[in-house]
Amino acid sequence: MVDMANQTCVVIGASHAGVNFAFALRREGWEGDIMLFDSDPEFPYHRPPLSKAYLTSEEGTLHDLLFPKQNYHTDNVILKLGKTITTINRTDKCISLSDGTTQHYDKLVIATGARPFIPPIKGLNAAKNVFPMRTALDAISIRKALKNSNPKVVIIGGGYIGLETAASLKKLGANVTVLEREERVLSRVTAPEMSTFFEELHSKHDVALLSNKNVTSIEYSNGINEVFCNDNSSYKADVIVVGVGIKVNTELAEHAGLNIENGIKVDHSAKTNDENIYAIGDCTYHFNPHYKRFMRLESVQNAVDQAKVAAKSICGEEVIYNAIPWFWSDQFDVKLQMVGLSQGYNETIKRVETDRENCQSVWYFKDDELLAVDAVNNAKAYMLGTRFIQNNQKIDKSKLADTSIPIKPLSFI
Amino acid sequence: MAKITFITNDNQTIVAEATTGSVMELAVQNKVKGIDGDCGGVCSCATCHVHVQPEHWEKVGEPSELENDMLEFDDNVSEYSRLCCQVDVSEAVDGIVLKVAR
Repeated sequence: MVDMANQTCVVIGASHAGVNFAFALRREGWEGDIMLFDSDPEFPYHRPPLSKAYLTSEEGTLHDLLFPKQNYHTDNVILKLGKTITTINRTDKCISLSDGTTQHYDKLVIATGARPFIPPIKGLNAAKNVFPMRTALDAISIRKALKNSNPKVVIIGGGYIGLETAASLKKLGANVTVLEREERVLSRVTAPEMSTFFEELHSKHDVALLSNKNVTSIEYSNGINEVFCNDNSSYKADVIVVGVGIKVNTELAEHAGLNIENGIKVDHSAKTNDENIYAIGDCTYHFNPHYKRFMRLESVQNAVDQAKVAAKSICGEEVIYNAIPWFWSDQFDVKLQMVGLSQGYNETIKRVETDRENCQSVWYFKDDELLAVDAVNNAKAYMLGTRFIQNNQKIDKSKLADTSIPIKPLSFI
Repeated sequence: MAKITFITNDNQTIVAEATTGSVMELAVQNKVKGIDGDCGGVCSCATCHVHVQPEHWEKVGEPSELENDMLEFDDNVSEYSRLCCQVDVSEAVDGIVLKVAR
């Protein structure tokens, strides 16, 4: 272990990656200062519930904290919230803040994540009650904007954020329309079978999921927005939620001369090309040993697991980041759990379990290799899929496709 | 108020007290090794797996169908397995002993 009693570790970004890193670093034995900076003034919170349970929870309910407040005290993790970093000076090993102050670091961890991409739609800036969905403030603002009864909400983008927000706002009594540019929702991340499932689910709950809708302009007049699409259709909206993807926050790293490639490029231990600077979470472009390629992931799993790897590495342990990605989504009464990455698949097998309602799974293959599993109300498929992918298990596809064979560890081998 | 005892894999014993929240949150707050709660307590990640001391099983109760399915293929599953994010802290679980599964 390196002598680090008098050293300072500075973390930029106090969300899932940064906060988990800070506590992991302490756990690994770091004795020096740990300082966490974030421009978000809110005490660090779980992000996934914002578009799910948080939106529909009792007003004023505190959001879920990543760690209890007292842990920052007991582990001596110094939180600097509402502070914006403007530059990283690698020569002097310090960061500069927008308030004119600087902070020295011995080790720096960049956990800057991503921000919502706001597309250049004509009239968007002049429209009223337009929100992204990324921060606690976004969720609070959306709730506040829904004051009148039966408000009309248009959600631009039919990805997970859009669909989860749609489900939550529907529960709150809103009249919800989702406008998706592609020919189906979730087209970037799932097979057509899953898109169909979610289209039917939302339709059953009276949410309008409309595909092939490219939003071209928004007009605000007489107290309401009108959203226009390229097929000349238009939709009235008291509130507009924009969920069309993200932009990675790489600017600080880029200006500091760190390697950037679809994100901040890091090695197997989450280290950048500067030996004193690490990067973790959504903002990183890293190698995945299982899928044998570089990737950028937007997920809690990646944030937390990379945080642990970086903490070990800084404390002198040689570690290799090697995790199978997993994700989840909750919409209405449906729990979707996903493991692996389906990109590059050439075959899917869909199982609809006959002994339970609304319980199904889609298994993605590239030839004989199982790449990913999307499981709907089916934790068994998710857990077994995880094990199969981890072990590079060869699978008997005809057995997998046969729903008279129950999901058991040895069923499909 | 409930007093809950956690025993980690390296045989550390941690006794913690709370009145509300989930047992997972209590474990994280008290830095119980092996309890991560990565998903924030929505039964999605299985990083809060514990074995309930058999004599306390009735106090804790049976897992839901979803939780049961999560546990069924876990390498360390036993008949006394629970994901402790799904167990609420209350008087009912006062005095229980939980062994961290990994």
